[in-house]
Amino acid sequence: MITRESILIILDEVKDPEIPAISLVDLGVISDVQIGDNEVLVEITPTFAGCPAIEYMRKNVEEVLFKNGINGKAVINYNKVWSSDFITEKGLKQLQEFGLAKPSPSSENLLQTLQNVECPKCHSNNTQLLNPFGPTLCRAIHHCHDCKETFEQFKTL
Amino acid sequence: MKPEVLDALKKYLFQLADDELIIGHRNSEWTGIGPILEEDIAFASMAQDEIGHAQAYYLLLTELGEKEPDFLAFYRKYSEFRCCQLVEYPIGEYDFSLTRHLLYDVQEMNRLKWLSQNSKYEPLQNLTAKLIREEKYHYMHAITWFQQLSNGSEEARIRMQNALNFCYPLALSLFETADYHEILVKEGIIPSEQYLQEIWYQEIQKILEKTPIQLPEIQENINYLGGRKGFHSEYLEPLINEMSEVFVIDPNAKW
Repeated sequence: MITRESILIILDEVKDPEIPAISLVDLGVISDVQIGDNEVLVEITPTFAGCPAIEYMRKNVEEVLFKNGINGKAVINYNKVWSSDFITEKGLKQLQEFGLAKPSPSSENLLQTLQNVECPKCHSNNTQLLNPFGPTLCRAIHHCHDCKETFEQFKTL
Repeated sequence: MKPEVLDALKKYLFQLADDELIIGHRNSEWTGIGPILEEDIAFASMAQDEIGHAQAYYLLLTELGEKEPDFLAFYRKYSEFRCCQLVEYPIGEYDFSLTRHLLYDVQEMNRLKWLSQNSKYEPLQNLTAKLIREEKYHYMHAITWFQQLSNGSEEARIRMQNALNFCYPLALSLFETADYHEILVKEGIIPSEQYLQEIWYQEIQKILEKTPIQLPEIQENINYLGGRKGFHSEYLEPLINEMSEVFVIDPNAKW
């Protein structure tokens, strides 16, 4: 039987095209799954509204559903909030393994969330924000004073 | 929704979308020529956010019966645009772009705050609640750099003061009142432009207190109004032509 849970297990295969270590489910962008009589509807909420990978993600979700013999459709909902707090524990670990610092929990004080971010290489907090903007919309750039590595962080949103 | 409210709402959504599209396009012009690499990346990244926001606003219009976002962005005459003149001006030197960024984003932050907390048009309230989370980065970036440079060398201070002298009257075009605002304010869908201008003014004053920079006197006979009604500076038409050059070759092409 098709259930919300079984769909989420299938969708674990769909990875973020820019960070292939993490699945869309663990990234928290699969915001709704509806099981209809003849069709499954999957809703995707973009991280950043201008994320260029979103259409690619939508197609990937449909392909994986199709491959698993499920008649499904994926739609993008821009009108829902996405927060980095939605990333699962497993997802945060995968980000670190990929080499990205994990986002700090979101707070009203944005500047504070960007200070002394944990280095993904040596786990020191003796780090400095270099740029709140990075090579993709969802990344900031930091430098670690202990291991001297410059690293990227998945931004707090 | 009453037809006159719907009509006004569409015009306001065009105002929001067009401001974001044009400032986004202008900011993208810093790609590859920023004064330092970090700023090159910052302006490119903010541009991408802003164009994404424009697309999301256009999508609300599509849902209200207008054409697809690409058509709305690239297939309208410049006189149909409702952006203000502040966003149309060429990027100039970095001091101008940075000062515009400050004046624009303090305005946008306050507008998004009101819309995301109060707007009675739910799709707009929901969308702005999403966008404000990204906007916080732009807002922080603008204030940090403006204050940093204003407190820098003598040359930097003079440049920032001159940029503000030029930009400030231009920035008042952000708050131009148009005929479609009144009914939307009455319906609780949007804040009045006058309210936004007042809190913006107070906030800009506060930001300047931490710098040696002073707000210039405004001469009444100079104004840059008209954008909200389709009257634009000389810079918009060439910009739209350039922006839509590829799209108009074949508007129905599939990418």
